[in-house]
Amino acid sequence: MDKGSKIDEIIEERANGDRIITRARYPHVFREGLDRSVVEEISEIKGEPEWMRRFRLKALEIFNSKPMPNWGPPLDIDFNRIRYYVLPDEVKARRWEDLPEEIRETYEKLGIPEIERKYLSGSVAQLDSEGVYANIKRQLEEKGVIFLDSDSALKKYPDLFKEYFFRIVPVMDSKFSALNGAVWSGGSFIYVPENVRVDLPLMTYFRMNMMQEGQFEHTIIIAEKGSYVSYIEGCTAPIYNVTSLHSAVVEVYVKENAHVKFTTVQNWSRDILNLSTERARVERMGRMEWVSGSLGSRVTMLYPSSYLVGEGATASHLSISLASDHTWKDNGSKVIHFAPNTSSKIISKSISLKGGTTVFRGLVRIPKGSFNSVSHVQCDALILDESSRNFTFPHNEVYEESATVTHEASAGRIGEEQLFYIMSRGLTEDEARSMIVLGFLDDVMKEIPLEFSLELNRLIKLKISELGGTG
Amino acid sequence: MSLRLELVDVHAEIEGKEILKGVSLTVEQGRFHALMGPNGSGKTTLSRVIMGDRRYKITKGSILLDGEDITNLPAHERARKGLFLTFQNPVELPGVKLFTLIRSSYLVHHPDDKRSFQEFITYVQSKARLLGMDTSLLSRGVNEGFSGGERKKSEILQMSLIKPRIAIIDEIDSGLDVDALEAVAKSLKDTIYTEPKMGVLLITHYQRILKYLAPDTVHVMMDGRIIKSGDYSLALKIEERGYEWIREAR
Repeated sequence: MDKGSKIDEIIEERANGDRIITRARYPHVFREGLDRSVVEEISEIKGEPEWMRRFRLKALEIFNSKPMPNWGPPLDIDFNRIRYYVLPDEVKARRWEDLPEEIRETYEKLGIPEIERKYLSGSVAQLDSEGVYANIKRQLEEKGVIFLDSDSALKKYPDLFKEYFFRIVPVMDSKFSALNGAVWSGGSFIYVPENVRVDLPLMTYFRMNMMQEGQFEHTIIIAEKGSYVSYIEGCTAPIYNVTSLHSAVVEVYVKENAHVKFTTVQNWSRDILNLSTERARVERMGRMEWVSGSLGSRVTMLYPSSYLVGEGATASHLSISLASDHTWKDNGSKVIHFAPNTSSKIISKSISLKGGTTVFRGLVRIPKGSFNSVSHVQCDALILDESSRNFTFPHNEVYEESATVTHEASAGRIGEEQLFYIMSRGLTEDEARSMIVLGFLDDVMKEIPLEFSLELNRLIKLKISELGGTG
Repeated sequence: MSLRLELVDVHAEIEGKEILKGVSLTVEQGRFHALMGPNGSGKTTLSRVIMGDRRYKITKGSILLDGEDITNLPAHERARKGLFLTFQNPVELPGVKLFTLIRSSYLVHHPDDKRSFQEFITYVQSKARLLGMDTSLLSRGVNEGFSGGERKKSEILQMSLIKPRIAIIDEIDSGLDVDALEAVAKSLKDTIYTEPKMGVLLITHYQRILKYLAPDTVHVMMDGRIIKSGDYSLALKIEERGYEWIREAR
């Protein structure tokens, strides 16, 4: 109830992107451009097994052979102007105090150690291409829970890693999944054994510090039968006004009766193109929840997918996207009901202002034989001024007669009567607008962890105050 | 100091159509005015123009508050100076909890209030109960799925918490059955006669609510003008004979 008033106490002028620049050592900063030698050098520095080196080179061939997507937002990427590997420091710390001071300082400023102490079971911090910090509570480690940066996981648990690497997302899925296959570095690896519940969330904080950088994290989550884990990723970067690229692959394996909640709050700076692939495979009676707050970046293309492969599996996809200042948020969800009695819920809320474009693309497919499967899709858009836009492309393919798919969509503006009503109670026009926008987001906002919803609240208020008296 | 709201020859239009054609009226804090008139006479427009609905354009005349010209002030500044409007059909604010609106607007008007957050919740709940209002409405979206009576009660609750110095109360009696009307009138009375007394401009189509409230002055509005003012007996006469006799008598 008090979220709104608490925010007002936090006053800090920070929108998409900040001014915190880490003066790390940077023993390796690759030249711009991508070819076989770049890929081989990454593998060499990491000291990887031979199969991984060959895998990367194969992926590079696929990347080169695939055309750019011919749909969606304009993507002005010059792949020769990106640095594909940026190593800030050769450090893998388990305690914050073991990080080099200039790196630790950045995370302190961002408040990550404090969040970890208060709210988390463990956290990983990735700076540029590598995880520099990973920690998990001892009692979870003793129960067999693994939480590491992906490179360390490949070293420590090579067989387990190989079993799940690029399985639910095939490397040839798209040009960008192939790119990730060729130059992946970092990401998180989570393994939760049978019937183990990780009560507090695990979090990874991704930070891009260098200009013209590419960050290609590869995250894998495996939740064995009857287990539970909630994972949060936060993403930020300083502003440079030179294009950088974040292109991740996330693979989530939800086994029988397991439950995974995956939350992303990305507030990338306006220099960053965020083009990621996220997919979950959900087995019998398993439950997958995607929650995403997409605030920053210049262009985001992100369509988390759930493949419901076992009877009774469920998926829920909640997303908030905010496009301002001529940015483009191309978000959506994809659910394929491969098994009977599966259900899914997709709720998307998007806000566009100051020339921003929001797009929702939804795909729900229920093949014949997936008896009694149910899906509900709701996408609501709020457009705050004349220069901003929203497009909605829902797509439902239902081949099973006993299945039910419902769909609701709305696109609207803030009503003058609503503003007048709130202003007549003594609140300014900006306050009235913020209140209406936060109300619009309310049902998704409560799914977002408190620390992040505060950030989200603050950002929305800031954006609206920048909007001034227009609209 | 009691507040004084003064309208001087106010003309107002919307979408090029003139609705108010020269309204002059004074409402002082502590005085209770009723404004009556047939449908379409401009009563609701007057209430919105006083509060600062910017969809209406004031083409002539001025609105003064203690002598200060507020004709061009935005609504929130008028509210902060002590004006309040209860809406005839308050709009829905999807997802905005009634409590959130109450809390935010209360803090604007009472920045020095010392109550803790928890004490404030208890305070609001007790006020709501006095109005016979279901307290679960506080955690619902403002007016979202509220019945007519619940909307009216929510308006009175907000007014009683903010404690404005002059309130414009627009057709609080419309769409209520006899029992609900009596309950609303009673809580309205409690609110406006609690010291320090408010100034009230109560807009109504019928005189039935006035039975409970006994106004000091009754004005009759027709065709965008106030054409007659008098004491409570004027309201009774309207009940008996309708509005047409006033027009004919002029």
